[in-house]
Amino acid sequence: MQEITGLFKIAEILRGILGHFLPDPQLVDICMSLINIGAIFTIISLTAVVLVYTERKVSAFMQRRSGPNRVGPGGTLQSVADMIKLMAKEDIMPAGADKWMWILAPILLFIPAAAVFVVFPFDNKAIFADLNIGIFYFIAMSSQSVLPFLMAGWASNNKYSLVGGMRTVAQMLSYEVPMVLSILGIVMLAGSMRMSTIVAAQQHTWFIVLQPIAFVVYVITATAEINRAPFDLVEGESEIVAGPFTEYTGMRWALFFLAEYANLLAVSVIATTLFLGGWNGPWLPGWVWFFLKVGGMIFLFMWFRWTFPRLRIDQLMSFGWKVLLPLALLNIIVTGIGMYIYEFFS
Amino acid sequence: MEVTKLESQEEQDNDLLQKNIILTSFDTVLKWARSNSLWPLSSGLACCAIEMMSAAAARFDLSRFGYEVFRASPRQADLLIVAGTVTWAMAGPLKRLYEQMPEPKYVIAMGSCANSGGPFADSYSVVPGVDKILPVDVYIPGCPPRPEALIHGMLELKRKIKNPEVARRKS
Repeated sequence: MQEITGLFKIAEILRGILGHFLPDPQLVDICMSLINIGAIFTIISLTAVVLVYTERKVSAFMQRRSGPNRVGPGGTLQSVADMIKLMAKEDIMPAGADKWMWILAPILLFIPAAAVFVVFPFDNKAIFADLNIGIFYFIAMSSQSVLPFLMAGWASNNKYSLVGGMRTVAQMLSYEVPMVLSILGIVMLAGSMRMSTIVAAQQHTWFIVLQPIAFVVYVITATAEINRAPFDLVEGESEIVAGPFTEYTGMRWALFFLAEYANLLAVSVIATTLFLGGWNGPWLPGWVWFFLKVGGMIFLFMWFRWTFPRLRIDQLMSFGWKVLLPLALLNIIVTGIGMYIYEFFS
Repeated sequence: MEVTKLESQEEQDNDLLQKNIILTSFDTVLKWARSNSLWPLSSGLACCAIEMMSAAAARFDLSRFGYEVFRASPRQADLLIVAGTVTWAMAGPLKRLYEQMPEPKYVIAMGSCANSGGPFADSYSVVPGVDKILPVDVYIPGCPPRPEALIHGMLELKRKIKNPEVARRKS
């Protein structure tokens, strides 16, 4: 069914070539694992560079400007220049900072952002580890990213950082609950937490058709989870300078930035996998469909950022607990009753 | 298209090297990167700040050059645009902001007040030129300067970063 264009086929060909040179099939497996890890890290590190440029171009498009267009062809080298500059900046540590916590925070934030990429199905069979608890693994890993924000806020010895860190914890913990509950509806329908099974279940009908409310709840909570506008209270410039990032310079700050964009890609991938049918699609190869859908989701998140004003912290909390959580619970109940009725009649 | 035949192995190797390797010095790359990504600190003191905001908005679009990333925290900024009248009361905080920025950092004095005190030069409360308290890289005249003038000033700063020899030391 899959032509030569599928990612799995490419991996097979690569495996065949390696088999000619390496005597032991076990060595081939190790080599393939290293190649996969390399591919995932390439995607993560390139994501930030590409998405920053995209973000600036999309913002320009939203505000009827041109956006970066002087550095390199069409401004494409703009993020490269920014990255090189950030690497060469002075590294300042505040006098009263808690040294080890301060150094560890950006690194610890990057680890869960990278680790969730293990369970993403980029194409048919093109998945690094097809865990039977795939979606659970994603939720568990991504919720680890709450702590580094608080660490950064506490260790910076700065009142704005601490307020920002505390806000992050409040926001991310309270939006985690409706997000998990919205995903639960999908798991009920697919009958599995394995990513490949969830995608395979959407071969005929995408789950966005069966679970529109869950999709809306997921998109809103995901925006809050990755701290993007209108939920970017974490680094609300007009109130708390830059939140937990206030005291970070150069490359340390860039690591936060890298993790933020890796998270943006991650939630878009999850939205694609759970609601938009993953790699399923006619004519084009699976991974092309996959990246088209992910691109569409990323554009949606950027659209949010440049068209909505920032919420107040009390509005944010009451919206999460009083609107999204009951909505997600209601969705689960309706899904359960619907499934029961469907089974009764068929 | 001209087809040249390369005779010896050495020539072929040389040709391969020339086509695939770009040689540059670390310094050149750094100068290129720094001059193309000046992130200003979002600090405005008086009416010149309105023109600074205007320069970043749709009509003048500072983002074409990649300079629109106004950072709220001095720790992530490269450029301090002194936009407006500096009073002695504000001199301390402004100097502190400058000191909180990481190296390499640059200062633009925007408008007459920041250049020389402007109409308030003789006042007891106004700093007669921000260069009394900070090292200034580029002066932009005008009261207030138009957004084009600010963009021109930033491009002059870009030229200065790329060719440090254009800025001659006063003897």
